[in-house]
Amino acid sequence: MNPRLASEIVSLTLEHLWLVLIAIGVAALIAIPAAVALTRRAAIRRWMLGLANILQTVPSLALFGFLLPLPFIGGIGRHTAIIALCLYALLPILRNTLVGVLGVDPAVRESAVAMGMTGNQILWQVELPLAVPAILAGLRIATVTTIGTATVAAAIGAGGLGVFIFRGIATVDTATILAGAVPAAIMALAADEGLEWIEKRLSPA
Amino acid sequence: MQCAVLEIRDLTYRIGERSILREVSLEAREGETVVLLGRSGCGKTTLLKCVNGLLPPASGEIRFQGRTLSEWDPISLRRRIGYVIQDAGLFPHWTVAANIGLVPKLEKWEPGAIAARVDLLLDTVGLPPAQFARRHPHELSGGQKQRVGIARALAAEPPLLLLDEPFAALDPITRYELQRQFVSLLRATASGSGKAALFVTHDVREALLLATRIVLLKDGMIDVMASPGEFLSARTEEARAFLSGLDTPQHESAPGF
Ligand SMILES: Nc1ncnc2c1ncn2[C@@H]1O[C@H](COP(=O)(O)OP(=O)(O)O)[C@@H](O)[C@H]1O
Ligand SMILES: [Mg+2]
Repeated sequence: MNPRLASEIVSLTLEHLWLVLIAIGVAALIAIPAAVALTRRAAIRRWMLGLANILQTVPSLALFGFLLPLPFIGGIGRHTAIIALCLYALLPILRNTLVGVLGVDPAVRESAVAMGMTGNQILWQVELPLAVPAILAGLRIATVTTIGTATVAAAIGAGGLGVFIFRGIATVDTATILAGAVPAAIMALAADEGLEWIEKRLSPA
Repeated sequence: MQCAVLEIRDLTYRIGERSILREVSLEAREGETVVLLGRSGCGKTTLLKCVNGLLPPASGEIRFQGRTLSEWDPISLRRRIGYVIQDAGLFPHWTVAANIGLVPKLEKWEPGAIAARVDLLLDTVGLPPAQFARRHPHELSGGQKQRVGIARALAAEPPLLLLDEPFAALDPITRYELQRQFVSLLRATASGSGKAALFVTHDVREALLLATRIVLLKDGMIDVMASPGEFLSARTEEARAFLSGLDTPQHESAPGF
């Protein structure tokens, strides 16, 4: 392999990783607290989940396209891609956090109340720790999908491994497509395995 | 005269139109173990939950240490009432030691004092700390979980203990052993300690063994309230139904019982 290609693979892989990490980080910072708030409000929970569901069904290329003409958040470049990736990552994290917190054995929650714990103490010491495996599973699903979706980000000039894929498609060059697809696949597999390992390590019992 | 730790006056609890508890009045004085006896579904757990402030009564009054529940902050009320929940209700992600030390930690005891208290309680309920303190609930048998549940309820030296069928799910031998231990525990802390216990069971033998007073509940109403001696000659239909179980030899009961 020629050294120029090798160094381009490395730099685009890092760029890709960066896109994914920022998108997942921002999505987690929004979705986890939002989910916790929603566990306390059954009425609007259905609504918000429905909204996140709809967002998820918008085809990724279309979502990038919709964001482009918007003032401030739109435009060609990395930030538009990050916003789109972030929107996609919201749902799995939101849903898994909700499932994790709401899935805490009612007997355990009632016993926490009966022992005289406050609402905040129950959230931080009982509900969230018991929801950790579910939250991590949500992060894992979101990360793996985002790694794949992020290849589309090259279409709006955000860089990443999608650059190879689009270039390969344009020049009908399988080797160039593979230079993008293989590192992306490896990254997805590594993220899946790594996060699953952490999930197992942190699971109570 | 010993004063009442707990006083319940005309307590009624409803779900919709249905009365689960009807005009229940009873009190538990210092040193007393009041046993609530009744068939499953008669409202025993509901009564304990009302006392703990988990369920709001439709009418009536509950006083703990002389103050009505509405005068208590629910959080501090619950930290002064030791509650042994049916099926233990331990936190699965915490060690045995952390589970037992929960209320002392909430009450901001010194870590050293909590650790010492936990060790003492583990010894009291017959679980050597060296062996059990660091385990998680899933590494315990049913009987061991119940012991931890009892230790947790006792941890902050509450003036009132609520026990919801703490020995029901156990094998006869373990149950017998725990009943014996519990009797001596109660005797040791009974008089002058300002403490009382409300103990729920559906087992008349257990009631006779542990109670200073028996309250027989039927369909959410008090059917009989009597000392164990008087209860043996109670004449209501429900009391006789329970007492008839005593005549037939019970294979469940432990030898020498
Ligand atoms: N959440 C509930 N909804 C409807 N009925 C209930 C609920 N909880 C308890 N009950 C009813 O209240 C009655 C008393 O229940 P409980 O206090 O648990 O009985 P016990 O502890 O004596 O077995 C039962 O008949 C039960 O069916
Ligand atoms: Mg019950």
